[in-house]
Amino acid sequence: MIRDITCIACPLGCEIKVEDTENGYLITGYTCKKGKDYALQEITDPRRILTSTVAVEDGVLKVLPVKTDKAIPKDMLLKCMEEINKIKAKAPIYVGQVIKENILNTGANLVATRNLAKKE
Amino acid sequence: MYDCIIIGAGVVGAATARELSKYNLRIAVLEKGTEVCQGTSKANSAIVHGGYDAAYGTLKGKLNVRGAKLYQKLSKELNFSYDKCGSLVLAFNDEDEKKLEELYENGLKNGVEGLRIIDKDEILNMEPNVSQDVTKALYCSEAGIVCPFNATFAFIENAMDNGVELFLEEKVVNIRKENDYILVGTEKGSEFKTKILINSAGLYSDEIAELAGDKEFKVKPRRGEYRILDKKVSDIVNHVIFTTPTKAGKGVLVSPTVHGNLIVGPTSDPVDDKEDTRTTDKGIEKVDEVALKLVPKLSLNETIRVFAGNRASIEQGDFLIFESKNIKGMLNLGGIDSPGLASSPAIAEEVRDFVSKYIDLTEKNNFIKERQAIPHFNELSDEEKEEILKRNPNYKKIICRCEMITEGEIIEAIHRNAGARTVDGIKRRVRPGSGRCQGGFCGPRILEILSRELDIPVEDILKESQGSNIVVGRTKGVL
Amino acid sequence: MEYDCIVIGGGPAGLAAAIEAKDNGADKVCVIERDRELGGILNQCIHNGFGLHEFNEELTGPEYAAKFIDEVYKRDIDIFLNTMVIDLTKDKEVTALGDNGLIKLKGKSVVLAMGCRERTAGAIGVKGFRPAGVYNAGMAQRLINMEGYLVGKEVVIYGSGDIGLIMARRMTLEGAKVKAVVEIMPHSSGLNRNIHQCLNDFNIPLLLSHKVTEIHGKNRVEGVTIAKVDDKFNEIDGTREYISCDTLLLSVGLIPENEISQKANVSIDLRTRGAYVDSNMQTEIPGIFSCGNVLHVHDIVDFVTRESRIAGKNAARFARGELNNSKYIDVYAGDKLIYVIPQKIALDDENGALICFRSKNIYRNPTVKIYSNDKLIKQKKYKIIVPSEMIQIHLKYDYIKDLEGNIMVDIEGEKND
Repeated sequence: MIRDITCIACPLGCEIKVEDTENGYLITGYTCKKGKDYALQEITDPRRILTSTVAVEDGVLKVLPVKTDKAIPKDMLLKCMEEINKIKAKAPIYVGQVIKENILNTGANLVATRNLAKKE
Repeated sequence: MYDCIIIGAGVVGAATARELSKYNLRIAVLEKGTEVCQGTSKANSAIVHGGYDAAYGTLKGKLNVRGAKLYQKLSKELNFSYDKCGSLVLAFNDEDEKKLEELYENGLKNGVEGLRIIDKDEILNMEPNVSQDVTKALYCSEAGIVCPFNATFAFIENAMDNGVELFLEEKVVNIRKENDYILVGTEKGSEFKTKILINSAGLYSDEIAELAGDKEFKVKPRRGEYRILDKKVSDIVNHVIFTTPTKAGKGVLVSPTVHGNLIVGPTSDPVDDKEDTRTTDKGIEKVDEVALKLVPKLSLNETIRVFAGNRASIEQGDFLIFESKNIKGMLNLGGIDSPGLASSPAIAEEVRDFVSKYIDLTEKNNFIKERQAIPHFNELSDEEKEEILKRNPNYKKIICRCEMITEGEIIEAIHRNAGARTVDGIKRRVRPGSGRCQGGFCGPRILEILSRELDIPVEDILKESQGSNIVVGRTKGVL
Repeated sequence: MEYDCIVIGGGPAGLAAAIEAKDNGADKVCVIERDRELGGILNQCIHNGFGLHEFNEELTGPEYAAKFIDEVYKRDIDIFLNTMVIDLTKDKEVTALGDNGLIKLKGKSVVLAMGCRERTAGAIGVKGFRPAGVYNAGMAQRLINMEGYLVGKEVVIYGSGDIGLIMARRMTLEGAKVKAVVEIMPHSSGLNRNIHQCLNDFNIPLLLSHKVTEIHGKNRVEGVTIAKVDDKFNEIDGTREYISCDTLLLSVGLIPENEISQKANVSIDLRTRGAYVDSNMQTEIPGIFSCGNVLHVHDIVDFVTRESRIAGKNAARFARGELNNSKYIDVYAGDKLIYVIPQKIALDDENGALICFRSKNIYRNPTVKIYSNDKLIKQKKYKIIVPSEMIQIHLKYDYIKDLEGNIMVDIEGEKND
């Protein structure tokens, strides 16, 4: 099976082809190592950083922006959202603070991406 | 039991309420919308026409001239934006010039003051940016521009200061005579008893008339499409600039607005549905074509909004003001299309005369004649600004950065008589969202303020009508 | 109150400018911010992808902002929050309204860093009704990311600018169904990675060469009609299609917000819709500088930072009386460019000049060539140049100090769509 991948490593947008052969993946169409690595990662284990918000109690804002501190498997994005939607953090919160450890056993922590003061 | 009930809180209903509130009467206004000024009054050319256009001998001719005079006094008493900036009807050929002569003669007969036919030099002197192809123009010093929203709000606010009661979201669904009064029933099931009933339901005036069995007229709505241009290109003209009128209407105009924008339009196309206020490619193209003929250098790419409004036109052509044959004491105001805005204070006087046939009118001795507008903070002098800030810290916070509107103005718009309950209501009263960003920045803040001041959840806040909710819910179920 | 440098706007441009002004000897510096907190638009850009150039890591918008906000608070810089500048004169007198009431400040120098606003449905003249449910993507972004409200459940996005693409993913993650992204151009104006990660990841179709011809729904959006367009953007007959939705998000371009600049008679370039500036980011009014999205719309915040540092540094030099360039040449954009910034270069400034431009089309393997009086003074090869990505090239003092004729920047290469 051959899969087409548009490289996102730079604006060039190389059309990379990845073929699953008996001798492993055959990758063509890339113009740099970054592109080759990207294509291989996309084929074998596509991952994304997930960014969203969680509900906050007593904060100056009602929601807190968060991210996974490392990329998680792409097919876990929506499942993680379900988990994220259940969380209620409590102000004050500091940037980098872990809101949920090892979310859904992805190995990634969900961390706050801003300071959020307590409502006076 | 009311002495008088007015159906419809557009500019005519509101002006009527204000006129009648001078007398010892118990008055109610029933409005089907979520706020006043949501029909034809909210979307029109915002012009107080001079009165030379409507044919001599018609009600339109008479009431327009009278109305235009009254605006000068009322805008002072009630402190709403009105500018007697004058108008020019441009002629480009012999045929147009002949039409100008006719308008001029007709205007004189109607009693319009300040009419003159002027030549090219004088035109270009007054308006250097109109087309060089112009040959003659009819100048009318009595024509002006007005904010139709704030005129309506001013009328209704002052009417309420003088005891008029306003009922919103009350759509009238039946009217019948019982004993010596009229019984008015609404969709919600409310019943109102009144001696006199005024049908100023605009686009829906035929349907209200029919509830009483009156079938003398049928509203055939005509849609007008417009552009509003950014303030920065508005100094291109100083007067209301008209094309020579045709049978279809007064034609396309290019005019400054009282808020410093430029309005360009309208078309005049029949539509089947009274609520069909869609803008169309065809319509706007037509507006552009004629407008560019008048003012070739017009920067149409500085448009901040296109919109359309429907006029309550009827086949008879003239205003049709008549007492119901079936229900004595009910007055129908039919066919109030252009110049309805200009005529509204004069229509109100007609209504007053009608009421006086049934009820002996005595003037209130505590009538409050004046009403103050919500101050536009940014237009005040530094001293005046400091003065307001001392009294009210809400004026410190600018919410709308395009129009420089403070939170104080917005809060006041909410808490006045017939105050704003919707995002569009705020916009029409104090203008956040009518600037070039069209609410992109201030939108979330307006929701927050409305929610706080009216104590309703953000999810329930409407743009304008029921069903026009701005947000559909919270992002996080747990909130 | 008197300041050496008054910075108008506390977003990424203003923050970088204020820090740099302070560090370069402007004694008294202040930042005037209209929102409740510093950070500007970054606070609502909660997605990642910021800071690759500046910090060599991928940050979210608020994290990127926080780095600069921390630096500002470490320094003795006055911050006015909830404060809106309502007037600016060419003598650098600033009138502002805010928590402290009506304040009047006088600056030796002023940095304009007010950012930009979004083009609206009215501005592009989408026809049909004007119901609730038509929002600029940025407003929807704020409502969702900072206030926690969902603006709709079934969404069509008009315009494939980065904000539109990012919002497609955000709305999807928050449970809405994004039915399509509609783009009038034959190519997206957003970054490739955003098309991939925001649309392709969620199977959201990107409809190129399409426009929204009508909005349906009197009260709330009920649907939109879209149609294919030809290369002149005219609708192709028979291609109309109805998509039911309750929301139309618009991501159809950004416009620098120069209303305050114009009060001080700062002249505006009709192509960038920002000020005319020299290589020190100084406008034609001495002592008034401009940077970031108020100068021209950027796609990468790191470039805003870079440009704003130049503005801040030179604002400080001006305040100290040390900005005394006297030799200038003009800079022109070649036919293949939309615009070039700055419009003027100071030859006798040892910091050299940072040239920024945008191309009109896509070019593969092009060469950027910079000429002075038809003489090639610098060239640089690229693998690709696309309209959505601004190019910055630094010209060292050595390259420019002896130039005499005006500069022209252009691309050599074949157009490729």
